[in-house]
This record gives sequence, C-alpha cells and structure tokens, in this order.
Amino acid sequence: MLLIHCPYCEDDRPELEFSHAGQAHIVRPTDMDGLSDEEFEAMFFIRDNPKGIILERWRHSMGCGRFLNAVRHTVTDKFLKTYKAGQPRPTDKDIEDLLK
Amino acid sequence: MTKSSSQPYRIKGAGTLSRARTVQFTFDGKSYEGLEGDTLASALLANGVHLMGRSFKYHRPRGVMSAGVEEPSALMNITRDNARTNPNVRASVQELYDGMKAESQNRFPSLSFDVGAVNSLLSPAFVAGFYYKTFKWPAKAWDKLYEPFIRRAAGLGESPTEEDPDRYSNRFAHCDVLIIGGGAAGLMAAKTAAAKKQSVIICDENPKMGGWLLADSDVRIDGKSGAQWAADTVAELQAMDNVRVLTRTTGFGYFQQNMVALNERVTDHLSRPDPDLPRERMWQVRAKKVVIAQGSIERHMVFSGNDRPGVVLAGAAQMWLNQHGVAVGHTVGVYAACDTGYAAAFDLYEAGVNVAAIIDHRAEVSEDLLDQAKTHGIEVHTNANITSTSGRLRINGMTVETSNGETKEFEVDALLMAGGWTPSLHLSSQSRAKPAWDEATQRFLPGVSPQDCVNIGGCNGLDDLDAVFAEAIKAVGGKKTKIEITDDVSTAGGAIGIVGPEEHKGKAFVDFQNDVTAKDIKLAVREGMHSIEHVKRYTTNGMATDQGKLSNMHGLAIAAKLLGKSIPEVGLTTFRAPYTPTTFGSFVGHDRGSLFDPNRKTPIHDWAVEQGATFEPVSLWQRAWYFPKGDEDMHSAVDRECQTVRKAAGVFDASTLGKIEVVGPDAAAFMDKMYTNGWSKLKAGRAKYGIMCREDGFIYDDGVVGKLSDTRFHVTTTTGGAPRVLNHMEDYLQTEFPDMQVWLTSTTEQWATIAVQGPKAREIIEPLVSGANISDEKFPHMSVIECKVCGVPARLFRISFTGELGFEINVPAGYGRAVWEAVWDRAEPMGACAYGTEAMHVLRAEKGYIIVGQDTDGTVTPHDADLSWAVAKSKPDYVGKRGLQRPDLVADGRRQLVGLKTKDPNKVLEEGAQIVRDPEQAIPMKMIGFVTSSYWSGTLGQSIAMAVVEDGFNMMGKSLYVPMPDETIEVEVTGTVFYDPKGEKLNG
Ligand SMILES: [Zn+2]
Repeated sequence: MLLIHCPYCEDDRPELEFSHAGQAHIVRPTDMDGLSDEEFEAMFFIRDNPKGIILERWRHSMGCGRFLNAVRHTVTDKFLKTYKAGQPRPTDKDIEDLLK
Repeated sequence: MTKSSSQPYRIKGAGTLSRARTVQFTFDGKSYEGLEGDTLASALLANGVHLMGRSFKYHRPRGVMSAGVEEPSALMNITRDNARTNPNVRASVQELYDGMKAESQNRFPSLSFDVGAVNSLLSPAFVAGFYYKTFKWPAKAWDKLYEPFIRRAAGLGESPTEEDPDRYSNRFAHCDVLIIGGGAAGLMAAKTAAAKKQSVIICDENPKMGGWLLADSDVRIDGKSGAQWAADTVAELQAMDNVRVLTRTTGFGYFQQNMVALNERVTDHLSRPDPDLPRERMWQVRAKKVVIAQGSIERHMVFSGNDRPGVVLAGAAQMWLNQHGVAVGHTVGVYAACDTGYAAAFDLYEAGVNVAAIIDHRAEVSEDLLDQAKTHGIEVHTNANITSTSGRLRINGMTVETSNGETKEFEVDALLMAGGWTPSLHLSSQSRAKPAWDEATQRFLPGVSPQDCVNIGGCNGLDDLDAVFAEAIKAVGGKKTKIEITDDVSTAGGAIGIVGPEEHKGKAFVDFQNDVTAKDIKLAVREGMHSIEHVKRYTTNGMATDQGKLSNMHGLAIAAKLLGKSIPEVGLTTFRAPYTPTTFGSFVGHDRGSLFDPNRKTPIHDWAVEQGATFEPVSLWQRAWYFPKGDEDMHSAVDRECQTVRKAAGVFDASTLGKIEVVGPDAAAFMDKMYTNGWSKLKAGRAKYGIMCREDGFIYDDGVVGKLSDTRFHVTTTTGGAPRVLNHMEDYLQTEFPDMQVWLTSTTEQWATIAVQGPKAREIIEPLVSGANISDEKFPHMSVIECKVCGVPARLFRISFTGELGFEINVPAGYGRAVWEAVWDRAEPMGACAYGTEAMHVLRAEKGYIIVGQDTDGTVTPHDADLSWAVAKSKPDYVGKRGLQRPDLVADGRRQLVGLKTKDPNKVLEEGAQIVRDPEQAIPMKMIGFVTSSYWSGTLGQSIAMAVVEDGFNMMGKSLYVPMPDETIEVEVTGTVFYDPKGEKLNG
C-alpha cells in the first residue's frame, strides 16, 4: 500500500484514502468544437504508459476530496512529488532533480 | 539411552520441556501422549512415529523432514469440529494441545497400506509434464475422465463442511523499526534499537523466539546458553514500553513503502480457545525501517531414496533433541556437505543415540571435526556418497559408495541430511530487491532494495554468530559492544543439486511435496525447457504449498548443469507473497456477512418491512421490491400494484435516488457544461430531465433536476450512480473550471423522497401541502417548489416516472417515515397502494423511460436512445459535445433503442436475449442487437420490451427474431412508448 502526500491536507496518507484519476496535465481545450478527429483522439484516448516517471492525477476521495497531481516512478512506485491541481507541470529539469 | 515408557524416544535430560506437563492427542484415531511445548511432529517422533503422510503423486510413505515452515511432507488435517477442519497443517510447526485430533492426508484406506501407491509402479506415466502429455485428447475425455482425476489427485486434505465460525481481526501499526525474525540477529537488532528509545516491533513465526539458538547446544553468549540468552532478551524487550513482541506471527508480505503484512495466530495452539479471542490477527505495519532477519533454511541432499520416513534434516534432528528432548532414532546415519551435520551427530551421540556413520560428500573436512568424531568413535567417510536407502514405511538401511569405490551397507533407523543452508530471500525479494549471486559461497544473497530495509544474519549469508551480532547492531545504528561468544559450528558451505552418482536407480527427490525427482528436472531440460520458470511449471517443482523452500535451489542447479550454464544465468524463480500459506479468514478480517458492505436502508424501510414487503438489493441499498397481499406471488402483486397506480394511485419510496445540491453564482453555467441540455434559461421553479455524457459522447447518467433559484439546483441521479456522478462533477469543477463559483454537496441521505403517482395523486397530497398551490395551472408537470408538507419543510416536485399525474415529496430524512405515514393514511382509503421497484420498472417501461445502465451501456449516445430532444443544438460547449460529432457516432445503422412487441402477446422475452434478422441463417447467426428490458404489462395485457437494434429507428413495424434454446420468438419493432403515447395523463 502506497503512502501519498496530500498537498491540501499537508500529510502523508495511506493509498486507501485515494483514488487514481488518470494522467495529469491533459488540458481540455476551450474550443472543443474546433478539434479535428485526430486531435480529439489524442486528447481523449491516447495516454502515456512509461516505464519510469509518470505525471498522474489522484483524488483524496476519502479525505479532503481534492484532486492533486503526482510525479510517480512506475518501476519503484515511489512518489517523488505531489502538488495541487492547477500548478504548473514540473519541467524535465525539476524531474531530474527529484530523481537525484 | 534412557527412555520414558509412553514416549520411548523422549531423552531424559534433553530439551527444555517439562516432563510433568503431558498432553493427550490422537493421530489417525490412535491415542498418544506428548508434552506441552511439543509440535505435533516432535510429539509423534517421541512416540517413534515417523510415517506421517503419503506423497501427492506416487503415494509414497513420507515422514517429517524439517522442524519448520519449510516442511514438505508431514501435512495433516487438524480437526476441532466440522467447521474447524484445517487441511495441510505442517506437523513441524503445529503446536500440540490437549485433545488435538490429527489425521494424515492423501492415503486410502490407511497410512501404512495405501492403494494409491500403485501409482509408484506406474511412475513412467507421471514424469515431468505429465499433465501436458496425458490430458490432451480427446476433448470429450476432459469432463468425464481427466478433470475428475486431476481434481481428486490434486486435493491434499479436506475442507471444512461448515462455515468458519471464528473471528479474524485486523490491526494497523506504525513503528520506527520492524524486525522480522526473532533469532539471534533479530533479537540483537531489537535490543539495540529499543535501547535507543526507538519504537520497535519484532515478530517471529514460532511460539518461542531464538531461532536456531534453540537447537544449538554449543553456543555460549555472555556465559549463557543460546536458548537462555534468547529467553532473557525477550523478557527484557517485553518489559519495555517502546517494544512490541509478537510471537506466532509471520511476516508474510512486503509491500510498497515499507508496509509489511504480518499474520498472528492467536488461538490455533490452544486446547480450548477463549471465544472472545480472534483466531488470527492481520497486522499491517508501516515501518520507517525494516530489518529482515529471516534466517536461512537447511537444504536436503538429492540422492536415491532420500524420501523414506526417518530421513530428516540434520538441523531438525538437533532442534527436536535440544528443544523437545526427542531423538529421531536409535541408530542414525549422517549425510553431510556442511559442518552442521557433525554438530547434530555429536549432540545425538551425547544423548545416547548410536551414530552408524557420517558420510561426508566433501573430500576436505576440518581436522577438528574428524578428531571429535574419532573421540566419539564415530566412523566418518569423506569424499563418499549415499547411493540408496532401504525400508518400506521407515528407513532401515543405507548403501554408501566410499572414496575408493567400495560399497558399504549400514543399518540405520534414521538418516540426517546436512546439505548446507539457503539464505531466505523471500521478503527481501518481495521488497523488490533483485537477488544477487555470490560466486564464492555459491548462493543467492539479498540485493539492494529500493526501500528502507536491511537484511541481517543468516538471510544475509552470515555463518558465524559474532559477525551476526555485529551486523545486527550496525543495522539499527547501535554502538559496537563486547559480547562473549562461543560458537564452534559454521553454517558455511554445502552442496546444491545432485551429489554422488548422476544417474539414480531409484527416485532422488528434489521436491517432496509435488514428487518431482532429479530425473524429472533433467527430462524437462531435454524436452526444451531452458528457462527456470518453464522448468518449474513443466515439472511443478516448487509449486506446492511449501513453494519450493527446499527444492528451488536444487532444481535450479540440476537444470543449470545440464544446460551448461551458470546458476545466475538460468535465473531464480520469483518469490511471491505470502511467505507461508495464510488463511483467507485473516485477509477477510471483519469484512464478512453483514459487515462485508454497508447495508443502506431508507427512513421508510421499517414501514415496508412491517407491511411484509419483499426486498431487492440495488447497489448498496435494500429496496422494497413488491408488497404481496395474502398469498399473492410476485407476478400478481406487481400486476395489482401497476394497475392500482394507473387506476387510482400508488405511493413509492424513492429515497434512494442520488441527490446532489449544486449551488453558487455559476451554478447554471456549470450545469450547462455537465448536461447535454441547457439550464441557464430554465425558469426557477421548473424542473427538467437531464442527460450527462462523458467526453466521448456516451450516456453516463440521467435524472430530473429542479431549479430552485438561479443559483441553486436540486440534481437527482440514478440510485447507483450518485458517487460517480459527484466525482465526475467535482473533477470538472476542480480541474477544468476551477474559476467557477460553484459548490457541490451530496444530499442523498438528507432527503426522504416519497413519490405519489396516479390519477388521485393530487387529491391525496393536497391537504397535506401548505405554502404552495399545486393545481395543474399553478404547478404544471415538471415543476418544483419549496413548501411545507405535514408542516415539515419540503421540496415538492410535480414529476412522473410512471406516465401518470405524479408528485415527489422531499422532506428531511428524519421526518421521512412520519410524512410517509401521513400520506399513506390518506392514500389507502382512496384505493391507492404502496408499490415497489418491480412495479416502478414496469410502469416506466410502459412509458419508454430508460434506466441508465440497463437500457444503455457505455456505448449508447443520447441519439441512440432516441433522446435527441434532450441534447442542446446551440450550446457552445458541454461535456460530450465534441465526442458526439465523431464519425462513428453520427454514422447510420448504429444500434438504437426501440420497443419490441412479441407476436404472441403472452410470451415475455428474456432480458439480454440476442436478436437476429433471419432465424433460418446458418449458425453462428449475425446478432443485430439484444433485449435490454422486458416485462409483462398487465395494463396493456401483453408483454413489452425494449432493445438496442442495429438501425432500429428504420425498422418500425418489421419482424425480427429472438432465438432461444427451445424456440424462436418473433417480435415486431415498435416505438418505446407503449402507454399513453400522447402524454395526456401526465398533465391531469
Ligand atoms: Zn487531502
């Protein structure tokens, strides 16, 4: 069972309190009508499945109820960082620093 | 050798058990006496019983081999009563209690005469891969022949015939240091960490901590025997507030971020367990640091006839002698590839047992050991091997090939094997450390774990006690201390794979529990299994309940040798949790029966119970299904309820509907995004049916929404859908539209909802309502108003899920039953009835109202469901808008929701039945859709159904067919509204 740091509750809480909510930083375009079929496919269906770092969303559903973002390593399952929804995507440099 | 009369192999002066505390037990119906502190195995051995089971495939006689959890052979059925029958209990670890009933397994009719042993004569048929080779064809033989055979053969032991009456509990714990294993290493680590004021949990699978210190007679620590030092250390730890000592507790699973699962067996060792105690307790421990001190497991030797009862591990013989005071025989042989074999032999010699000879596989043996043997007059043959053994139900002799090729025979009644020690990597490996091969010592050692854990002692490949202590102290950051240690025997060295002659005349077992021989492993390799994972599955080596604790390394070494590869090249099979078999009960804990899931009941539930309603579960709710009167069956009750609603009125408990309060300045704008239709322009006081889609355009949920004001909506969802709908809304609100000023609150359980439906609905409720004019003119269909009902603040809807004039009264849940009863007091004299969910389903189907999840699945769009009227054309954006424009979703010929009428009006279709265009076509037929809802409509006097059918909207009036096993049913495609198609009744 993972331990996840909720950036809203500012506490490490057990995985039981959270639900996974898919890949992070997928922006729903304001002009949805303007998307081509290919763009819609890319936005809605296509997801990363990396061996290594993934940016993903979780919801502290049995806690504060807030959605948060996480940087997780898919091999070790280690959470390198969690941050509030709406905060900018970590840069490659940020992630490199987290891995050190 | 001095023997006590009832337990002839109990040695006076040996072991730590008290002779005064005797225990009575039975084995296969025969009574025996043992001592308190015995294991079932040690007690049987004390009585001279070695024959404890029959092997799985060949039904060969087997005895106990080990004194621990690695035991492959001595598996028992332990019975307390019909509900408490435990199969596959290892006699080597089961503590004896007074009145224990133990039975051997896998034998018929008796242990000493087993018909199945004929399998042994047929053994060529049971070679490696025999499942794959034998049970291939003909396919028909599977049902009648192969499967029953495999099922019978695969079963070791018997399951209880009654439900488990015991309680299992579950605890979470946190600590600075969790130490798994209470041997020398674990105890020293605990002592050190505890002295540093850290919070410590130490667990050990045995009833007594000390590990191999309990078996070793030579060790002296600070002047004490190993066993005494262990006992004193445990007492010290137990007295400290910051230490929790858990015995009979197995660390069986290592999960992420240092979460370790422990299984504590609380009552299995007790004669009369306290009913207030749980049988087992599951601990989920989160530790800052984990210290793995699992120790190591002694290997057997692979040679012909190594499985006869009386052939045991040397360490086990030493444990039985020094802890339990039991000798394994009168005259023992020793087959060694490691010094520990000598230690066991010398201890037994000193206890008065004859040692026939020590046969050492090694050419080089320490002078000191040879001198000691000489002093005792024990014959030693180095560079020699045992080539076979004899004896039917117990070993009676061994044949030895000496270094100069001579053959020597010895009479023995027990044989000790000392093959060397395999470090236990189970938990280290589960922590995701990759085992690392150590070429110098020819064994796998723990690799580097990504988690904060450390391996110490035997499991880390240490062979000497002073090194073990130094490592244990260092592991928890303690200071080096001076400890006086005497420890003569090293556990280093040993043999893996076949020793002695490569080819065996008899069977040389690698895996005793699954009856896998050295020959089987070789055959598997010759037949093309080159990966150890394939060899394992082909031979079933290591796949029994002991998970290959003894056999894996041998299997690997034999395969590697034949493949001409090194052991690490061939690779180690994966270690998986649980480390030892763990009961389902301890995983389930309290979550069973009525505690398995929440059982949700509405405020009106008890009333329905009192009225004799029959209930059905709907998601977690219990809902009144129908209210039978007299001796009505379901069919006639539902018929009566439906027709009463249509003719007079019915009262229905709709409290389970999901309810979400959407509030805030941007509430309407948010609703516009969430639902396919528009909400901004809807007037306050009006209600509307809304469809919620996912981004892909498929229906996600539906429900009626009341607009109470420009900033407040009362949203209803399907009964099962409320949590996911709220999650869906929260997701968009928090992450896509975070600037919107909207608050979402689940109010499902705050409101009791009473639906009153039927021509007399208004007449029933009107006198109860205050603060609202509910005439048709002032309060038309699809209205909502905040008012009072029976003086209670209420939200009253004019709404219908039956097609009749209808109202839904929402009152605070606490008033639910009182208001319901007030409504009922008026309704009943007017000829109305209470109706349940089945009638509700029929009534809504007669009107073609869909149920999301029944008439739709994840592939139905609002257009497919003939609900295009509820999809806004001009709204710039809503969730699902772009998805609905995808080429496949606007293409012709999609499966569309239609009505079906059976040609024979009395024939009711089966829900889920497939539909075809032409019933004469060849099988497999092309299925063009399926039935989603189907009922008998008493009102219409015929069966009605809804279905999704390819291009259904263009098939009105056409005939289609529903092929069933016994007949083909012809149906006519219709619209979905079967009753009052113009909707005149709604507006009464
Ligand atoms: Zn939180």
